[in-house]
Amino acid sequence: MSARATPPRRGAQRTLGAFVRKELHHILRDRQTLVILLLMPLVQVLLFGYALRTDIHDLRVAIVDPSPDARSVRLRDRLEGTPRFRVVRTATTALALEDLFRRGEADVAVVLPARFGESLGRGEPTEVLLVADASDPNTGTIMQAYVRAALAGFEADVTPQAGGPVRIRVESRMRFNPTLESANLFVPGLIALVLTLVSALMTAISLSREKERGTLEVLLVSPLRPWQIIAGKVLPYLGLGFAITCLVLLAARLAFRVPLRGSALLLLAESVLFTIVSLSLGVLVAARTESQRAAMLGALVGTLMPTALLSGMIFPIASMPGWLQPVTFIVPARWFVVIARGIMLKGTGLAYLWRETLVLTGMAAILLVAATRSFHARLD
Amino acid sequence: MTASAARAEPAIEVRGLTRRFGAFTAVDDISFDVAAGEVFGFLGANGAGKTTAIRMLIGLLAPTAGTARVAGFDVATQAEQVKRHIGYMSQRFSLYEDLTVRENITLYGGIYGLSDDAIAARTRDLATRLELERELDERVGRLPLGWKQKLAFSVAVLHDPRVVFLDEPTGGVDPMTRRQFWERIYVAAAEGTTVFVTTHHMDEAEYCDRVSIMVDGRIAALGTPAELRARFGVGTMDDVFVRLARPGAAA
Amino acid sequence: MSGSSSGAGVEVSGLGKRYGDVVALDDVSVIVQPGELFGFIGPDGAGKTTLFRILATLLRPDTGSARVLGLDVVRDLWAIRSRIGYMPGRFSLYADLSVEENLRFFAAVFGTTLEAGERLVAPIWRQIAPFAGRRAGALSGGMKQKLALCCALVHLPDLLLLDEPTTGVDAVSRREFWDLLEELQRGGLTILASTPYMDEAARCDRVALVQGGRILDVADPRRIGERFDRPLVAVRAAERLRLLHALREHPGAGSVFPFGDAIHYTDARADRSGERVAAELRDYLRDRAFPDAEISVVRPGIEDVFMALMRPPAGAAA
Repeated sequence: MSARATPPRRGAQRTLGAFVRKELHHILRDRQTLVILLLMPLVQVLLFGYALRTDIHDLRVAIVDPSPDARSVRLRDRLEGTPRFRVVRTATTALALEDLFRRGEADVAVVLPARFGESLGRGEPTEVLLVADASDPNTGTIMQAYVRAALAGFEADVTPQAGGPVRIRVESRMRFNPTLESANLFVPGLIALVLTLVSALMTAISLSREKERGTLEVLLVSPLRPWQIIAGKVLPYLGLGFAITCLVLLAARLAFRVPLRGSALLLLAESVLFTIVSLSLGVLVAARTESQRAAMLGALVGTLMPTALLSGMIFPIASMPGWLQPVTFIVPARWFVVIARGIMLKGTGLAYLWRETLVLTGMAAILLVAATRSFHARLD
Repeated sequence: MTASAARAEPAIEVRGLTRRFGAFTAVDDISFDVAAGEVFGFLGANGAGKTTAIRMLIGLLAPTAGTARVAGFDVATQAEQVKRHIGYMSQRFSLYEDLTVRENITLYGGIYGLSDDAIAARTRDLATRLELERELDERVGRLPLGWKQKLAFSVAVLHDPRVVFLDEPTGGVDPMTRRQFWERIYVAAAEGTTVFVTTHHMDEAEYCDRVSIMVDGRIAALGTPAELRARFGVGTMDDVFVRLARPGAAA
Repeated sequence: MSGSSSGAGVEVSGLGKRYGDVVALDDVSVIVQPGELFGFIGPDGAGKTTLFRILATLLRPDTGSARVLGLDVVRDLWAIRSRIGYMPGRFSLYADLSVEENLRFFAAVFGTTLEAGERLVAPIWRQIAPFAGRRAGALSGGMKQKLALCCALVHLPDLLLLDEPTTGVDAVSRREFWDLLEELQRGGLTILASTPYMDEAARCDRVALVQGGRILDVADPRRIGERFDRPLVAVRAAERLRLLHALREHPGAGSVFPFGDAIHYTDARADRSGERVAAELRDYLRDRAFPDAEISVVRPGIEDVFMALMRPPAGAAA
């Protein structure tokens, strides 16, 4: 009818910018949630100063025996015969140990001195060195205890034969976490938890709130494609998660001197990867639910709980029942916790962590595609 | 509409009722009476203070100043008795959608303190009057909107309250159902129940015996629809409302 | 009723939509001319929202077809979406954003700016500008609806779909809202609006009466009385309930319904003239102790026609 000039189209960045601005308004004006998001991780860092007691079922033992003889072989047999132990490697030098530990292939190493059998036979006090991977401080002490027990049993056996008291003195060292700080254990997992909270839970709630309020309907009847709507809503949470991660690292470092031995850049990059996985999960949850409440519940049960319980951050995966352990493979946080611990406590890099990184990348790709396809251009 | 024996005191007595929220005065010194068996329309724009005033009258909110007596009880000091002697039906919520008709009646009967026998008798009576015999064990959520509203009203008066408060009860239904609903109101009024109703449909204002219109926390007009139309020299309640809501209009 | 369509309005043909075993729309056909202010009137559940959602390309119809601005709602959805303005039923703006932030956001969504949309937005903006910095959630109902209208107009659409834009809003704001709509229409905008209020429907160029997923009738509100095939009589008396019962008991009674302060009566016998019916009623009512009853023949309005056309709502008790 009347000639009407089409308004100039400004382009996708402007729209995206508008979205980010809007979401930031929402986030910053929701004071209560903001406080929780910032305070909670800090509180958790401070609260979790104590170690959680857990039990070990499958201890991987490496034995270093420079001069194998009858007695040392009997010790080795005994260790192998102990139900909780699994001897993964027997070496003649201690050189292999470093690598074994870094790769996470051994939990504890028993290092026998040279001519172990001879000195036992002569009735001399003999020193056995125990080295345990204590990047998980819970297990460090326990592993020590078990091995000591086994050695004590051996000592009791051997004593009558030798004709004199035989002593095995055990010197133990905890690798990677000499002072057994549980904060070291906990912080990598806490990062995973915080990122999951911000990316999955907050995204799910934010998206389903648009649905519930009816604003999504209005957004759909516009030139915006669904993926643009999702991207616009999700980006601020990416930034927020990042900021909170840095906050947690800083707090942990200041309060407990949690180390960051590896590359900070790599850690942040892996965090971004993990965040993408969580964000996609959040979007998927929002796509399937009709109300904010359902979205929140879905995100809690589907992402937060598995992260807290099955990622290995609190309860070691090694001590979970056999059937549950494979289940943890689908929990993204499980992989991230290994990565984060490796970088922070062991100082490892991609060379050792490429497998876990690959898994996360695969998850990110699949979930991202699924998430974008789950938000339709129409209501039905 | 007052066909039954009039009771000595008014069903609702409001004197200088005021409610302040900090520096903001939501209800500003309003006074009026409602006689027993009257159908009273309580009108006003959104934000004029209607909802706050109603909340005070049904005992949910304490007044800052002034008094109000509803069904013979003071809303400030005897709020619990007020609640027990009134009925309330709101547009947003009345019945539980996933309970059956019978279960809803039983629930509210219990809440109002009726005996089991009384509840049974009312259920039968309601079913007959509303012609819901076959739907007694149907979930309320599956009933058409018009039936839900009629049922909600009947449940609101289940315990024979002296006053029933209806908060925009006829939203969204077709004109026929709306009229059937209002007939139910007339019948209740004829039996002596005082009906206090708010609505945005100005034609429904005409159904009332008397009407008050709130503007900015005060009562700007009070009288029968005919009186108000004559006073402003207009033909419909809609026009009365518009005259009042425009600032500077002579009362 | 329906002229030839020029392709710039709305054409709906045989539209059907069901949700499970509930039929939301049943063979709906209607044509809206470009530049028309077209109203849809009917109760909740009549299918108005479903129809609007299909026209807004948010839902796909099961049967039939619809064209908006000459474009097909299923195939050309992206072209339609950039050219229409849509206001769904509930208030659907961001309550924790300010008025101005809301407007700028929606402008950006459409790739434009608030200033560029001035021509359509200006008259409404004048009314809400004093509240530009206020949180949208803190506005009164009437202001919220005006803001929502602004947001729907900011990208200069060619057609507006307003689904019950004035529900829950007081009478004065409703009037102002429809004043704005008429002004927009004068500027050449095509507007489709659904409403439960008969007085608003009366302001439309044409009105469709919707019930149970069907369109009962489409007509010009000013001439809709012609649909009535018999005279309509309005009766007034002081004792309304008694009058109602009395009229219902009249042997010739057809329909008897309260209408404001009067009761509208039609006779069951179609051949009687208005005067004859009125005279009969006067005598009848005098016998029933209504000496001062006022009786007059009146012109039927939209609501009268609607009620005459209505199928009995499911399970209505008499």
